[in-house]
Amino acid sequence: MKAAIYQYAKPATGESAIALVAASEGMAKFVSGSQSLGPMMNLRLAQPEMLVDLRGIAVLRECRNEGDTTLLGACVTHAEIEDRKFDDGTQGLMPYVARGIAYRAVRNRGTLGGSLAHADPAADWISTMRALDAAFLVAGPHGERTIAARDWMTGAFTTPLEADEILTGVRLRRLSPAARWSYYKFNRKPGEFAEAIAIFLDDAPAGVCRAVVGAIDGPPHLIANARELIDHPDVARLDPHLDAAGLESGSYEYLVHRVALERAAAMIRENRKQL
Amino acid sequence: MTEIVTQQIKLRINREAVSASVEPRTSLADFLREQQMLCGTNIGCEQGVCGACTLLVDGVPTRSCITSAVSCVHADVQSIEGFDDDALMNELRAAFTAEHALQCGYCTPGMLVTARDIVMRLPDADDERVRLELSGNLCRCTGYVGIVRAVRRVLEARRAHQRTPLAEATTA
Repeated sequence: MKAAIYQYAKPATGESAIALVAASEGMAKFVSGSQSLGPMMNLRLAQPEMLVDLRGIAVLRECRNEGDTTLLGACVTHAEIEDRKFDDGTQGLMPYVARGIAYRAVRNRGTLGGSLAHADPAADWISTMRALDAAFLVAGPHGERTIAARDWMTGAFTTPLEADEILTGVRLRRLSPAARWSYYKFNRKPGEFAEAIAIFLDDAPAGVCRAVVGAIDGPPHLIANARELIDHPDVARLDPHLDAAGLESGSYEYLVHRVALERAAAMIRENRKQL
Repeated sequence: MTEIVTQQIKLRINREAVSASVEPRTSLADFLREQQMLCGTNIGCEQGVCGACTLLVDGVPTRSCITSAVSCVHADVQSIEGFDDDALMNELRAAFTAEHALQCGYCTPGMLVTARDIVMRLPDADDERVRLELSGNLCRCTGYVGIVRAVRRVLEARRAHQRTPLAEATTA
């Protein structure tokens, strides 16, 4: 199918982009890579009257090492992350995750910020940013604000972003060189949205040892202390966390998430990667 | 009902400067096929899944069904019609013929663009990696065996060529 009629603008500054959307009375949407919104518009699941393209705003592509933290602009593409075009400070986690997102042609256009603002629970960055405890940087008509990772996603496809606010980027604490991580994604075909995601991050010098259960109905579920899951290969220890994530015991979803969590735990324990 | 408004765009298509008037909702694929009469780009799913419409925008593979023409202002678009002088694409075309890597041909323009990207970006790719990289391009005829062989044929030929000492290569 073809998209419904809409108007298009590509402003050069965040202020003009915000003003355009603010003036639209809720009928305009921001867009960057359009790799999720594009299909939704072709299927007419989304019919905005105007698209405001953020890819012309240079500041949204800025990435820099800030010492203890890394700033990643919202409009960097998955392919740029995959190709390590900048120093993301995640000890290889983000390039690894990026490589598993959809297909190269989609990664060339799709952006980090677009994926996070879309907030598909089965998307990779939503869960990864939870594991990295990212700070979400937001700009709107009333100035800038920062939203913590735990508050970013309030439900499937739902974030605290107002219609006239832009996610400008994320700020990440840089991982120690000694940090270990594992990422396990279960899907039936490479490049599909995940049926289950499990992430472990063990950064001992920073006092961090957490895990995330992702691709569930709502926001990703954080396991704040994942030490015992790494140290003890005991499947029964996983169950309380899956229950806490809201998965229904014995269901297909419960079982695939348990397998994902078990495999991710084994991978970090044995220092292996999936791909 | 929103009023139909067209926008003037300028871009390069297959190395030629093009100026055109498009509706914002017109996909790059439809723009090429219906306004530029470049029908080599095939449209399959129109939701970015099948890969038939894959072409190059600013040198990288892009889904032209979920990319609007209006978002390609000043971009350099290369569709399957624009590769006649491309040595690598000609190697791939010969390999696709030799390995019977197509039957109906509908997926082929997108397959060739993706295959070219694989050879350029991943010169050391093995069969498993080639299959992974091809997973975004669906073919309902071949079972992919011939396509994987064709990509491997070009990868191996290029590797062998690189290994050949220069003196030998020039006298051969």
